[in-house]
Amino acid sequence: MNSEISGVVASFLITLLIAVPLGKYLAKMFAGERVWTDFMKPVENGLFKIAGIRANEPMDWKQFLKAMLTINLLWLVYGFFVLIYQDKLPLNPDGNPGMTPDLAFNTIISFVVNCDLQHYSGESGVTYLTQHIIMMFLMFTSAATGIAAAVGLFKAFRDKTVDNIGNFWEFFVKALTRLLLPLSIVVAVILAFNGTPSSYAGKDQFISLQGDTVNVSRGPAAEMIAIKHLGTNGGGWFGANSAHPLENPTYVTNMTEIISQMIIPMAMIIAFGYFIRRKKLGWVIFGVMTIGMFMLMIPTISSELGGNPNIAKMGVTQATGAMEGKEVRIGPMATGYWSTLTTIVSTGSVNSMHDSAMPLTGVWQLLGMMINGFFGGCGVGILNYFIYLIIAVFISGLMVGRTPEFLGHKVEAREVKIAALVTLISPLLIMAGTAIAAFVFSTYGNADWAVKPSNWLNNPGFHGFSEMLYEFTSANANNGSGFEGLGDNNVFWNVSTGFVLILGRFLPIIGPVAIAGMLAKKKYIPESAGTLRTDTVTFGMMTLAVILVLNALSYFPALALGPLAEYFSMR
Amino acid sequence: MKKYIIQSIRLTVALTALLCVLYPVIVAFIGKFSNGAGNGQTIMVNGKVVGYAAIGQKFDKPQYFWGRPSAVDYNAAGSAGSNKGATNADYLKQVSDRVDTLLKHHPYIKKADIPADMVTASGSGLDPDISAQGAAIQIQRVAQVRGLSVASVTKLVQDHTEKPVFGPAKVNVLKLNVALNELKR
Repeated sequence: MNSEISGVVASFLITLLIAVPLGKYLAKMFAGERVWTDFMKPVENGLFKIAGIRANEPMDWKQFLKAMLTINLLWLVYGFFVLIYQDKLPLNPDGNPGMTPDLAFNTIISFVVNCDLQHYSGESGVTYLTQHIIMMFLMFTSAATGIAAAVGLFKAFRDKTVDNIGNFWEFFVKALTRLLLPLSIVVAVILAFNGTPSSYAGKDQFISLQGDTVNVSRGPAAEMIAIKHLGTNGGGWFGANSAHPLENPTYVTNMTEIISQMIIPMAMIIAFGYFIRRKKLGWVIFGVMTIGMFMLMIPTISSELGGNPNIAKMGVTQATGAMEGKEVRIGPMATGYWSTLTTIVSTGSVNSMHDSAMPLTGVWQLLGMMINGFFGGCGVGILNYFIYLIIAVFISGLMVGRTPEFLGHKVEAREVKIAALVTLISPLLIMAGTAIAAFVFSTYGNADWAVKPSNWLNNPGFHGFSEMLYEFTSANANNGSGFEGLGDNNVFWNVSTGFVLILGRFLPIIGPVAIAGMLAKKKYIPESAGTLRTDTVTFGMMTLAVILVLNALSYFPALALGPLAEYFSMR
Repeated sequence: MKKYIIQSIRLTVALTALLCVLYPVIVAFIGKFSNGAGNGQTIMVNGKVVGYAAIGQKFDKPQYFWGRPSAVDYNAAGSAGSNKGATNADYLKQVSDRVDTLLKHHPYIKKADIPADMVTASGSGLDPDISAQGAAIQIQRVAQVRGLSVASVTKLVQDHTEKPVFGPAKVNVLKLNVALNELKR
């Protein structure tokens, strides 16, 4: 038990030790100051030359978003066709079939939007070619898209009044060459040297000690697992994701994976403070997010360590906590720690089956994804938090009777409207989606579909409802984890979550970047005694309160019907 | 707009070469120098591969230590957990049946001796490990079937219990069973 506590504490401390200097580096690097990675310049220049991009061309927020959306749209169209025809393309040693159109629709959206919800299983649903040129490619580029969008927002607040929020292509390419690619090489090598396969050898066959013939799926997994965590993507090489003993062979790889999924989201917050030359604001945001993280993590770990009361009633000893869906080498404490982080930072990789977690753990997992702003995904975490900031500025402005301002720019009706719309879109997508699914399940359970709605769920009662709620929450948060008992590879789930995924990704990027672009253009008002300061602890707590109240109001009814009801039914 | 489309296409092609060819090839090359040469670490007996150190395999014969229940029956071509919820009645029945099966094969143990990991399915269905307590309850059965002394099997289990600095203690079932086969009467 002590070795489990020290493992979790060490993981957190190492995360901080890496994230803080990384944040300072990112601020300098994106500002174009001299950094040690300048040796990548020739590579970047080569890429810009091939693509015909002038990276120093300024962009206003509309051009910036157009460039971002164009390349994302291209990936959607191109990836859709590659997935459908993957069986006819090379590098398919296991002879896996092409995807159905609805599955390809869901999968390509899911990877473009940095979600990696997988309605297929890695061993049988994709080929080595698509794992590389679609999955791994998008893991890099979707993370870089999020980071570039966030840097555009940073840029808007760095100088007093500007039209130009930087060049999308420059931020995007630098996020790849100077952050994601070098870190991925380091993490992939650590994983490879701790037992994760990294070669191109296909399935292996052997005779087990008992005499059974066993086939083992392998492949270049280390490469993908590195970027899956660094880019907060979460899509696994194998079906069981990071619970799989080749994807996550030891406690050391577990620590490596959990640290790597946390460092960029944390570093981006620190980078924000340093980049806009308001370090204190960065640290206040960092503090609020850390408090939020612990508020979700401590009860999660405690409910998992407590074990399943229903199994305790049978007289079985649960000295190691609840073990259904968990791995012995990782243990319930590191599993609880991971499940909190993977839901707040929108990675969505799992080292245990969330469907089998305790009901209260389900509440914390869902809330982490619903809030989606405690560190959050690569780049998009700070964008989501920015929306909360604008709402908090607006509400506190009303409370003290001052014109709301943020960093020297007046926040007016148009900006607040956009922020309010972005906060409302999440509950709408999650609750409407779940409501429709629940309606179809209960009213048209026997509809003559390929998969009958009555066969969707793997668990009866409240927990079944939670499975549907979790799926839509995960899709909207671009998280990608699931209550995997849900039978989700069919037209209904592929199409409905596909739409939720794409709206849940791009509206919360377009909204904050647009607000930032509009604010940046406004006249700069120097700080005075009448300014509501946003870099104080008081304002930090105010933002936390706004986050909690907004989310409690939006989601309490749904949580009460699912995991909370299940929890109380166990008493 | 047209400008962005052309730039996007050209950038995508260039990045595919960098991220999907160069990057994995570099890592695969470095991985060749790892233990197992990047193919996964195998365990050999008499020059033959009997399994992967990290992949659990099915043990149900009485002369072997058993691993955890598996939702995929240890078929390593795939992987999955049971995804059963904590209050699912069918699932609880299943757990309770596993408890009874264990008691039947180990008449010398009490219910309270059974650790949770021996009656619950793992996340991957391929968990290679069990807890120290999970191995302890099986010692007497294995010793009896093989005609070994309980003390010598206990010693073997202790030698195979890994207690890392970080993370829980565990016993790798395949390594333990391989060592068991080599143990002299």
